[in-house]
Order: sequence, then C-alpha cells, then structure tokens
Amino acid sequence: MRFKNVFSIIGPSMVGPSSSHTAGAVRIGLIARQLLAEEPVRVKIALYGSFAETYWGHGTDLALAGGLLGYATDDARVADALEEAQRRGIEIAFVKGVGLAPHPNTAKLELTAEGGRTAQVLGASIGGGNVMIHEMNGFDVRCSGEYPTIVVLHDDRPGVLASLTGVLGNSRTNIGYMGVDRKGRSGEAMTVMELDSVPDIELLERLRKVDDVKEVTVINLNGGEEKQQ
Amino acid sequence: MRFRTLKELAAISMNEGKPLAEVMIEDQAAETGVSREEIVAQMTDYYGKMKEAVRRGLSEQNVSRSGLSGGDAVKVMDLVENGTPSSGDPSSRAMAYALAVSEVNASMGRIIATPTAGSCGIIPGVFVSSQERFGWSDEHMVNGLFAAGAIGYVIANNSFISGAEGGCQAEVGSAIGMAAGAMVELRGGNAEQAMNAVGLALKNTLGLICDPVAGLVEIPCIVRNGLGAVNALAAADMGLAGVCSAIPSDEVVGVMLEVGAAMPSGHRETGLGGLAQTPTGRKLTENLMRGRKPLEPEEAELPAEPAGTTE
Repeated sequence: MRFKNVFSIIGPSMVGPSSSHTAGAVRIGLIARQLLAEEPVRVKIALYGSFAETYWGHGTDLALAGGLLGYATDDARVADALEEAQRRGIEIAFVKGVGLAPHPNTAKLELTAEGGRTAQVLGASIGGGNVMIHEMNGFDVRCSGEYPTIVVLHDDRPGVLASLTGVLGNSRTNIGYMGVDRKGRSGEAMTVMELDSVPDIELLERLRKVDDVKEVTVINLNGGEEKQQ
Repeated sequence: MRFRTLKELAAISMNEGKPLAEVMIEDQAAETGVSREEIVAQMTDYYGKMKEAVRRGLSEQNVSRSGLSGGDAVKVMDLVENGTPSSGDPSSRAMAYALAVSEVNASMGRIIATPTAGSCGIIPGVFVSSQERFGWSDEHMVNGLFAAGAIGYVIANNSFISGAEGGCQAEVGSAIGMAAGAMVELRGGNAEQAMNAVGLALKNTLGLICDPVAGLVEIPCIVRNGLGAVNALAAADMGLAGVCSAIPSDEVVGVMLEVGAAMPSGHRETGLGGLAQTPTGRKLTENLMRGRKPLEPEEAELPAEPAGTTE
C-alpha cells in the first residue's frame, strides 16, 4: 500500500500551493537533512520531470530549502526559506536532472556538511504530500517517512541483521518495513527499518555498539508538530 | 486496514452496522497504534484549520504570488448574499467556500491537503457550508472527514491522487468522490448509497487532464474546486435518492487508473499541454517567465568544488 493511513489522505496540514510540489518537497528536504544529521553548508539539488518544469511556480525550491532548514510542511517560514538558507550560509544550487527518474516528481539532493561529510537522497513526491525515498547515500533502499525510520550503515557480514533486529526486539520495538542493499559482497551495506515507535537514545546507542555497524541515523518527519506520532 | 476496495469497505460497514467513519477510526487505531482519542483530536484540529481557511478566503483578497488568481471567492459570495444564484443558495455557497480555500492555497496560506493541495477546496467547501445549513456539530463533521478519508484511501491505493501521475481526475476527481460519499453518510445514508455516490461522481471526472497554466495550482485548479463542490453535492443527492452506479465504483476507480496511465505527460501537471498551451495560457506563462532562466542540465553546472580544481 503506497498510502498508509487516513492522514496520508486527509492531510498534511501545509502551506500551499501544491501538496506534491510543496509539502512533499519539504519532506524530501527534511529527510535529506536528517540523513546528514547536521546542517549542510552546500547542497546540489537536481529536479526531474514536473518538478523541473514547474518548481518556481509551486515554490518547490523554497519547499526543499525549508526542509533542509528543518521546517515542517505547515511552517509559514517556507515562503522565505531560500533567503534564510542564504543567511545561515547554506549554498543551494538547482539543476535539471538528467536521465530517468522513478516518478514525475523527483528530486536528488546531495548535501555536504562543514566537516566534509556528505549525504545523498533520491526522493519522489507521490501525491498528497506523501513521499517515497528511492535511494540514500547511493544505496537502493526505500522509505516513506511515514514511520520513525532507522538508517544503519554497516559492513556486509553474516549476523549483522540478526543483531540489529535482536536489539530492536529486546526493546520491544516493532519493525513495520525493512530494506537492505549493499555496494558489493562483503562491502558496505545499508539497512533501513521503519518502526512502529520512536526509538529512544538508549536504543540507538545499543544499535551503534553492534559489531560491524558504522553509523546509525534516525529519520522522523513527525519530530516536528505537523502530524500524528 | 481491513479493506482494500470500496466494496470491502462498504461490506464491513453494512455487516458490522457501523458507519464508514467508525470503520476508518478503528482501522486507523489498529494500523498505527495511536489511540482513538489522539486520532480524533488530530482530525478535529484539521477540521478547525479547514474552517479557518474558509474564513480567511472569504474575508481577505487572497491574491497569489503570481498575480494570476484571487478575489473570485468574494465575488461568488457577493452573488450568494446579494443576488439570486442560478444553482441555488446551498450549491453556490459550497462553491464560494471551495474557491475561498483554493485561493488561500494559491497564496501560500495554510490548508489541509484533501487529498491534495490542488483539490483542497472541495471537501471544506461542501463540509463547512453543509454544517452551517444543517446545523451539524463539529464532531459530526470530523466523522465525515474519516468517511471521506476511507474512500480516498481506497482510491489512492488502487489508482492515484496526484495530477503528475493521473491528471486532474486523480486530484479534483478523487476529492469530489470523497466529498460525495461522505456527504451521503453525513445525511444518514448507508454505505452502499455512499459508494454509489462515489462511483457516480468519479465517472463525471474520468479523463480530466491536469493542465495548469504555467504549472501553477491556479488556472484552472481553483475554478475546478468551486465547480467540484457543486458536483459533490449533486452526486450525494443521486446516491441518497437511490441511484446506483451501474458500473461498480471499484471498477470506475480502475478506469481512472487506466485513463491516467495512458494520459500524455503534457496533460499531467507539466504545463506543456491543455489550457497551459493555449495562446493565452502561453502568453500568461511568458509574462511570468520573463527574466527567469530555465534550469541548466545536471552536468553543466556543478557547485564549485572546495579545492583541487585550479587547473
């Protein structure tokens, strides 16, 4: 089911004018920021399809910038997000995406933090403000942002998944959806888990201590006040 | 959710003797693990924001950033209050309210996507005007939103709700169907009557293209919201009167998918076809685009590298 519940149909609460080109874009920007886990200093955004043709009229550029600043979909500051990004020293460049995109409303964001860390997100806005992330940091993994999501970068070794799911099981945290991709056998792998509850700091620390785990990041669009928990 | 089709949704409602709203609330709680109270509180908050958008849209001149739209809701409201609308007071009032919310949306004001921002006027237009007319409580209206949400959930998962994927039939069409079905329940009709209203409404928007001028959610989106509210009331009346959708509603949803998948991309929210490419549509677009450069292709302009590119 692409649309998970009643509030993906009635909602979100948002500033106009377009749920797919504005609210969905805010969410894609916010997911990218949360994946980087700090404020970026430089962002390159490639827009595809309808996003590329109509972004300026829908404020898609403002919306993506708003998400990168950490705003929720109904934050009135979205209208001034590009100026605010400039004030904060975040350089944002927009280009037209080349090649095939998974959906007519797609954006690819490449973020760089001050220390040189990077994050990359390929996200589609699938309607009504709902999004589908198709790629994170070069890994072919999906998430919707509808649930609190844990993104784990780890080495591709036997038993890592069992250890991760074991830690979640022990804390009685249920996994709704899960995806894994690797760059190559025994290379780096990414595991994405959509959870039924928000993971606490203690749980994240336990996940970080699992052997062969390199990074654990949390994506939680409802960390703001815009939607249900 | 226990239902994937409108038939299944109606069957649960009829067999268990529960309104569509109750089925949706129960399934939402089971699916998300969020308490019933919180779910209802969130929808109540959303209904409050819908009423606020209606109020704002009727009390202010909401001119859009582009300058292409604004002020039509006030004109229609003036006809309702000081003239004799041809479609009657309730229809034209729903139309004015729907226009109002869509104008607020176009001016980057706050709305609730129902199911999208492009179609955000229809449900508030129908609901808020009907609440005033029939003296319904907010609680009753919030239940109506759950009924509309249940219908929309089925449409979205079996077809689409974005203009970029399926044209305007997916946005305005879905919203009309949702509003019509919910209105049947709000007025005391049963789930089968509600589903008939959904199917009847959807048939009337099959094939509707998404062709906004300059790609903006303004021309013709705002007007389609106004007219959509009137259609929703009409379809609800057909359902309440006992008119059946000869082609079952789920099959109509399937046609929406078929037609949307076959729709040329120029008619799916790209601004490259339909009204957007009429002589006037192009002229309006050119005026807006003046001085604006199209995006450079990806390879052509990369952000400056921090170091090592001095050669």
